Amino acid sequence: MSDSAPVLSARDLRRDYPMGESPVHALRGVSLEVAAGDYVAIVGPSGCGKSTLLNLLGAIDRPTGGTVAIRGEPVERLSDRERTRFRLLHIGFVFQRFYLMPALTAGENVELPLAEAGMSRAERKARARELLTYVGLGARVTHRPTQLSGGEQQRVAIARALANRPALLLCDEPTGELDAHTGAEMIALFERLNADGTTLVVVTHDEDLAAAAKRVVHMRDGGVVSDTRVR
Amino acid sequence: MLLTLVRASLQRHRLRTALAVIGVGVSAALLLDMVMLASGMRESFRSLLEARGFEIRLTPKGTLPFDTDASIDSAGALMAQLRADSDIVAMSPVLGGQVHVRAAAGSATAVAIGIDPAVQGDYEVRTGRDIAAPDQLVASAEFLRATGARLGDTLRVEGGYDAQMRTVTAERRLVLVGTAHFLYMPANPRAVAMPLATLRALTGARGDPVSLIMLRLRKGAIADSVQAWIAARVPPVTPISTAAALRQVDQRLSYFRQLAFILGSVSLAVGLLLVTTLVTVSVNERLGEIAVMRAIGVATGSIVAQVLAEGVVIMSAGSLLGLGLGLATAHYLNGILSSFPGLPAAIDFFLFQPRDAWVSLGLLAGCGVLAGAYPAWRGASMPIAVTLREEAVA
Ligand SMILES: Nc1ncnc2c1ncn2[C@@H]1O[C@H](COP(=O)(O)OP(=O)(O)O)[C@@H](O)[C@H]1O
Ligand SMILES: [Mg+2]
Repeated sequence: MSDSAPVLSARDLRRDYPMGESPVHALRGVSLEVAAGDYVAIVGPSGCGKSTLLNLLGAIDRPTGGTVAIRGEPVERLSDRERTRFRLLHIGFVFQRFYLMPALTAGENVELPLAEAGMSRAERKARARELLTYVGLGARVTHRPTQLSGGEQQRVAIARALANRPALLLCDEPTGELDAHTGAEMIALFERLNADGTTLVVVTHDEDLAAAAKRVVHMRDGGVVSDTRVR
Repeated sequence: MLLTLVRASLQRHRLRTALAVIGVGVSAALLLDMVMLASGMRESFRSLLEARGFEIRLTPKGTLPFDTDASIDSAGALMAQLRADSDIVAMSPVLGGQVHVRAAAGSATAVAIGIDPAVQGDYEVRTGRDIAAPDQLVASAEFLRATGARLGDTLRVEGGYDAQMRTVTAERRLVLVGTAHFLYMPANPRAVAMPLATLRALTGARGDPVSLIMLRLRKGAIADSVQAWIAARVPPVTPISTAAALRQVDQRLSYFRQLAFILGSVSLAVGLLLVTTLVTVSVNERLGEIAVMRAIGVATGSIVAQVLAEGVVIMSAGSLLGLGLGLATAHYLNGILSSFPGLPAAIDFFLFQPRDAWVSLGLLAGCGVLAGAYPAWRGASMPIAVTLREEAVA
């Protein structure tokens, strides 16, 4: 994996939420670079702007100021349609809530981004099975989300996020709704993902999850207060 | 994938889907019936008038065909006069009357028409043969039932029967040679047809009266100009072309059609509201799902298509149901209405014309798509981050 050009490069990101008289300054100038193969945890008190930052990094929200480039591509230059395509092919999302399509099986949920990317039916079936096996759910391909536990649903969501081999996996409180034991399994899975080459940015206030990362970014009040490499 | 999602979403709320389909079906049925009603009477009237290719009908001055007992006198002279117009290629005189018939098994009073068998346009022979001699007649099936007569029987036919005096004007022995379907009579008429001269003799007519003359025109002749020519040259008759008759029908039916139009529009609007409601509800309860789909890169177009496809599936199923329902209702109502006294049985109030039906169902489907388009598009273009946040809080 080449470390020369960062996978992700954010400069002076600002995000205001216009709230009438007193707008919320959720981000007040955040800069961040993430190299390929890195594993970054973003931590900080609730309301400090972690999710806001992650949404900007993942191009599902537009900043009030500043720039985001992924693989050298400045995303603010993209039209909405191009951004959607960009997210599909280059960014994986995992949310706190598992947010699977309840009507689809685990396998079909993983197939969704593959189908959208234009992969043939047979190919994507095989790939979905492979991904679900990777996250330890090879036997649950035809199960629906309601038939899976919280931890299993989150694994399906991770498999879906990895479907199109994204440059970057962005996770917002991925263990937020899991018990300690399932959370620990999830932490192990993230470590394995990273060891296998996935670049990870994880927002969390789970100390165990943060402790597993290679680098920890502390935020407070819309800004970065420390950025420490632990490994 | 899209289809899987659509199917899954429809199956998730089976009852709701079923109710929506039924709702659309009922409104489609109503719309179809209204469209059929709006054009049905006119179209069946037209095909009835045009059935035998006569384009102009001559009636006694100021009357409609068989509207009164009035007759055109000295028809022979009149027809000789008409021969001067080379546009007229055939003339079919018709005389209406009543006869009393005694058969071996029973007797009955029947409506009788006197015609020229060579050019008549009033009936179609169903069994047996057509009239070929002055002492032959054809009769309706109902007449055969009522009298017990059979083909080949010789019947005693009396005309000018006077109930008080128990006398008749004349009597003839006629051979029943065929059964016929009478085009312009109400359902199950008790009717007979015989040569014009025979009926005249039976009813004791003086001169050569007829009730009606139907004219067939040369190919390419303009009915309106022939009509004008007759109106100017042959004072004792009123010529009515099929087109003019249809104009009259149109006038008389205009309230009817307006009503049908309004009710049809209402049912269209109901279908539209139904689908709008359904799509809006469907989008609203899936805001989170939709936001996630977009976050992971599913194109807005795919999402809109998915929501619309759901609507289209419901519309199509409903329209199919509506087609069946509408036709069944129309058939049932036609049955009731066609026994209306005085109307030819061939008149349909509801006429199924595939083109009209598809137009109305297509209209419904188009409305469904239109109704779904806005909520679908709106749902698919909400800000993703904000929606996810709101869904997470909810
Ligand atoms: N859509 C929004 N409208 C108004 N304020 C918002 C919105 N989203 C986030 N905020 C505010 O921005 C700040 C940062 O929120 P967020 O990024 O969700 O924090 P965190 O994820 O660290 O808990 C909070 O004060 C929050 O209330
Ligand atoms: Mg958050």
